[in-house]
Amino acid sequence: MNIFLAQLKSEIRLVLRNGEQLLLTLGIPVMLLIFFSLVDVLPTGVSDPINFLAPGVLSLAVMSTAMVSLGISTGFERSYHVFKRLGLTPLGTPRLVASKICTVLVVEIVQFVVLIPVAFLLGWEADAQRWSIAILGILLGTAAMGGIGLAIAGRLRAEINLAAQNGLYLLLMLMSGMVFPLTELPLVMRGVSRALPSTALADLVREGLSNAGTRPGFSLIVLAAWAVVAPVVAAISFRWD
Amino acid sequence: MGFEPSGLPKLDTVSSTSPAVEVTGLTIRYGNLTAVDNLDFRAFPGRVTAVLGPNGAGKTSTIECCEGLRKPASGSVRVLDLDPQKDQRQLVGRMGVMLQEGGVYPSARVRETIELYAALYGNVADPDQLMNICGLSERPKSTWRQLSGGERQRLSLALALTARPEVAFLDEPTSGVDITGRGLIRETLRAMAENGCAVVVATHELDEAERIADDIVVINRGRTVLAGTLNEIRSGRPAIRFGSDDTIDLAALSSALGTSVERQSAGEFRIDADGNAELIGKLGSWLATNGHPLRDVNTSGESLAEIFTRVVGDDNQ
Repeated sequence: MNIFLAQLKSEIRLVLRNGEQLLLTLGIPVMLLIFFSLVDVLPTGVSDPINFLAPGVLSLAVMSTAMVSLGISTGFERSYHVFKRLGLTPLGTPRLVASKICTVLVVEIVQFVVLIPVAFLLGWEADAQRWSIAILGILLGTAAMGGIGLAIAGRLRAEINLAAQNGLYLLLMLMSGMVFPLTELPLVMRGVSRALPSTALADLVREGLSNAGTRPGFSLIVLAAWAVVAPVVAAISFRWD
Repeated sequence: MGFEPSGLPKLDTVSSTSPAVEVTGLTIRYGNLTAVDNLDFRAFPGRVTAVLGPNGAGKTSTIECCEGLRKPASGSVRVLDLDPQKDQRQLVGRMGVMLQEGGVYPSARVRETIELYAALYGNVADPDQLMNICGLSERPKSTWRQLSGGERQRLSLALALTARPEVAFLDEPTSGVDITGRGLIRETLRAMAENGCAVVVATHELDEAERIADDIVVINRGRTVLAGTLNEIRSGRPAIRFGSDDTIDLAALSSALGTSVERQSAGEFRIDADGNAELIGKLGSWLATNGHPLRDVNTSGESLAEIFTRVVGDDNQ
């Protein structure tokens, strides 16, 4: 079997076997989507919360996979010297990185296959006339979030990395307009939030799928910048072992 | 746990004339610390070379330099006539590696890990055969996390074999392994060498090294202090070693044998003499007459532990 496919198969199998990662990538987004669309406690600003939540939770799913899941698994693989050993096989760094990227994309597809029908069942009325913007946002968001996850995982000890990734996930979820509008944040926090990749990702996905982005042009610039800078920082600072 | 040395793939070419590994004047620095200082050694195809040294002697740094993981500050390292740093991509497919620890995804299962590595190396080895050789046939679905220390070492060894290597670098392969596992690893390493592989083992376990190594390299404080076959590095001093109880009257025994008898350690003694049958007979007779047992008579001269103590010192053993 082709070397790349062998590695990709191994990566996907390990992700799907990992209960904690499945909880993070599928369990939490599905629970958030169902709970907050049925229990109207969030200040979503719309009559039917699912129309606000669905694009936000899809963005959250991208962040869960590209940043947290990838970052945590990479941190533990570093600490177990997995990369060091793989580096002494014919696999090579480009195929290893490519297999990780493809694994993230495969998991994201699985997330969308699960989350989108659930959202429709909950009454989501999508207005996806500009779906290409949502796809662009998801791809840029994957690059940006993956870069952030790897930049953290490539420097910290596995246990500290685990805590840092989870802490950042919670912070970005609350700061990025994913589950409630940015207008609910204090003015200063709102300003900071606009510069976050997670905010830009949620805004672009919301613009693409619900035609309800607030500043899609600005968000595109912010997310594109993060999608370049974060992977470059990760590549420069990453320690394989 | 079946072991089949014949199960290991034979290499196409076996030559013991030119070295598979040639390290000349190797120096490795970490900041201001010189970990390896002008070190030399060679390892040949078809032989097991043990690199010995106390903790911190520079064994792992040296091995990692040979694998291409570490850049030397100066000196030359050639493996299969390639530069491990510059030619690493050409070398990795011909080299088997066992890291000092880890190297496997913690949630990966035994069989799928071996299958992955077999695929990475172009499927030149059969995963079932490797599991059998390394005594893992009964644990194909266990994850790395579920394996004992010895089983992890054997899985790492199986991964080193998937390359069908011409040269293998094994860092502390018997560390944390029980007696049965040690025997299996020993036999596998011997079989690898018999099939033409140059096997380089870094270890501080002198008993294991004495049992498997054809060639010994002792390093201390980053320098080669002794190198050669076990016979070559033994001092010219002949000796008979034997075991008994600690109540022996050494002066009386020395007098009876007409040569000096020294206590080496608890229950271990040494006579400075050739291992001739007459002397051993006298020894047995004296011990029996005086009510002492006689155990483990050895006439092969210095043990590796004695050699190590002589060149490195007691504190480092």
